Amino acid sequence: MTEQSDLLYSETEDDLRATVRALLADRAGHQSLLDRIETDDPYVPGLWTSLAGDIGAAGLLVPEKLGGLGASHREAAVVLEELGRAVTPLPYLTSAVVATETLLALAGEGGGPAAELLAELASGRTVAVLVVPLSTAPDQEPPIAPEVAGVADAVAADVLLVPRADGLYAVPAGEATVGPQTPLDLTRPLARVSTPPGGGIRLAEGDAARAAVRRGLLAGAGLLASEQLGLAEWCLEETVRHTRERHQFNRPVGSFQALKHRMAQLWLDVVGARAAARAAADALATGSPDAPLTVAVAQAYCSKVAVRAAEECVQLHGGIGMTWEHPAHLALKRAKSDQSALGSAGRHQDAIAALMDLPAPR
Amino acid sequence: MTDAEELRSLTRKLLAEHPPATTDRTDFLKARFDAGLAWVHYPVGLGGLDAPRALQAVVDAELAAAGAPDNDPRRIGIGLGMAAPTLLAYGSDEVKSRFLRPLWVGEEVWCQLFSEPGAGSDLAALGTRAVRDGEDWVIDGQKVWTSSAHIARWAILIARTDPDAPKHRGITYFVCDMTDPGVEVRPLRQITGEAEFNEVFLTGVRIPDAHCLGEVGDGWRVAQTTLMNERVSIGGARIPREGGMIGKLATTWRERPELRTHELHRRLLDLWVDAEVARFTGERLRQQLVAGQPGPEGSAMKLGFARLNQAISGLEVELLGDEGLLYGEWEMRRPELVDFTGRDAGYRYLRSKGNSIEGGTSEVLLNIVAERVLGLPPEPRNDKDVAWKDLTR
Repeated sequence: MTEQSDLLYSETEDDLRATVRALLADRAGHQSLLDRIETDDPYVPGLWTSLAGDIGAAGLLVPEKLGGLGASHREAAVVLEELGRAVTPLPYLTSAVVATETLLALAGEGGGPAAELLAELASGRTVAVLVVPLSTAPDQEPPIAPEVAGVADAVAADVLLVPRADGLYAVPAGEATVGPQTPLDLTRPLARVSTPPGGGIRLAEGDAARAAVRRGLLAGAGLLASEQLGLAEWCLEETVRHTRERHQFNRPVGSFQALKHRMAQLWLDVVGARAAARAAADALATGSPDAPLTVAVAQAYCSKVAVRAAEECVQLHGGIGMTWEHPAHLALKRAKSDQSALGSAGRHQDAIAALMDLPAPR
Repeated sequence: MTDAEELRSLTRKLLAEHPPATTDRTDFLKARFDAGLAWVHYPVGLGGLDAPRALQAVVDAELAAAGAPDNDPRRIGIGLGMAAPTLLAYGSDEVKSRFLRPLWVGEEVWCQLFSEPGAGSDLAALGTRAVRDGEDWVIDGQKVWTSSAHIARWAILIARTDPDAPKHRGITYFVCDMTDPGVEVRPLRQITGEAEFNEVFLTGVRIPDAHCLGEVGDGWRVAQTTLMNERVSIGGARIPREGGMIGKLATTWRERPELRTHELHRRLLDLWVDAEVARFTGERLRQQLVAGQPGPEGSAMKLGFARLNQAISGLEVELLGDEGLLYGEWEMRRPELVDFTGRDAGYRYLRSKGNSIEGGTSEVLLNIVAERVLGLPPEPRNDKDVAWKDLTR
């Protein structure tokens, strides 16, 4: 399993990256994000249709016979790297990864409500989100309550996947109350979601429902590492660019060893993050039994690297890094929010301790 | 051109003519060299067949399967990895045919006389002098951190031939005879108590002009060939999970529940994650090399392993409590190979301090990453156009 893991990028993946990067550069530049983040709808109009529908990115994880492109987590990871680089507000992680993967666990060979919904998601025509707090870890039981707070991208959802005591339900967004909250990360809206008891269609019950949710969250956590990688990479590149151009004391500030070493160290961390994120994506793509461990390693590592990269980006930009006009704060807010998303680093380390038999003291 | 099939049949022919079971080890290695199967990418007559380097694996696999002896590459690593490529690139025909065969067979061990007490990271500042006297050069100076000097027959040496030139331009590269009466080797006892390395004192050592590699004054460029090869040796084998020092620490943790504390548990898991990510990074680098797309990640590997080894061994000593306060033995030994996992935690802790110094300090490597990988502006320099003799020392 781990022995065969492929940690490089294929030509197809490189092509996909170029396509997504070009789309985001054209339509979702930082200025356009800054113009929208304080409105009720931070998503760039039409961008989801282009990425999810025209490029087909929403269907990467879905087999062709279920209406998708039949690609894998490796390709979806590349999309997320680009969305992380550009800190794009889009319900990709929530709908095209977590909700999609949850439904994949229930769709079987096709037919039935889960498969029908999955085809809708794969086409990009419908956005679905799992109604759990953004911080929920893959090995955590989601809270069962009539109202759940901190649900990411619920404001963009057409369908809500709601875990209830007796199973997992698909509830049309029109039947629910979605109350936007004020998020730390303005590019990933959070909301309080109340669904009427008894509404919606039951997709699964009991263990099948729980296993499906776990699978959705595991894929989400594993691919979040790629978003964190892309974000860290952008922060490093921007910081290097800035410190080469910015002069103080009659020298480019990037020529000072104190700064160079910090950026070199960050590069080392990004190199590690890339290896870890690729390992997680590959383990998910191949269905490796090692996936829970590899995902936990990638999360424990990449969430720290992304936060450090964003913090260094703000610091090494000096005063410019503290301004609203400079996009560094978008990255910092996303990185800090990502650190708690789908399980904190500490929670993932606890998972590693259990999987590797490295127990805490009694 | 030589292909895999041809190499396989040549290897089988060698094995048939010199059955490993009944052939003397050195005789077998000599026959292998003469058959061009030592390093297949080397020229015909010098142990090779001008074949693609990757095909060596075909030969090695056949030989290993037949139980043939190898040339103990770990013991003769400096000769194989550093002296040989430099001799090949810059030696005269006589030099190449004199030195490469006994080097490869292991009859003659090599060492490297580069670093000096006053020229470590700033290697080009070295002060060992070489002065021409008739057909010879006369060498005076002191070298340090010389692995294998006490068992070496030959050395690669860089020395200053023109003190009036700027430091990089007045250096010349030589092959030095370690049995010359002017060569004195003294063990250099280290922080661990043992002496892996040596100091080498050179007093009136005479080197014939024929043992000069490259042009006089061009030794820095020649040395780059040697140093570049020093950094290539990474990325060969796959490391299993918990394959490095972290495995030792994890085993102790599992077997000794009475030592566990919550604080140590957090630190153990931090390091376990870092070690696993370093393993993935190494694997990714290996895959890049195999795919013919070597990246700059090699620098990351050395920096990462230095930091990890130090942190892991440090935590291990701490975890062991009273036991960690003891040390295996302080008796001065002369190990031929460094053994990172065979000895106790205290030894690992002390020896790993060298990981961020040997083969380029972490500080220098970070500068290299910053300037060559990230393209950050270089440090301002005040030594480039100054004659070596006018530099502050």
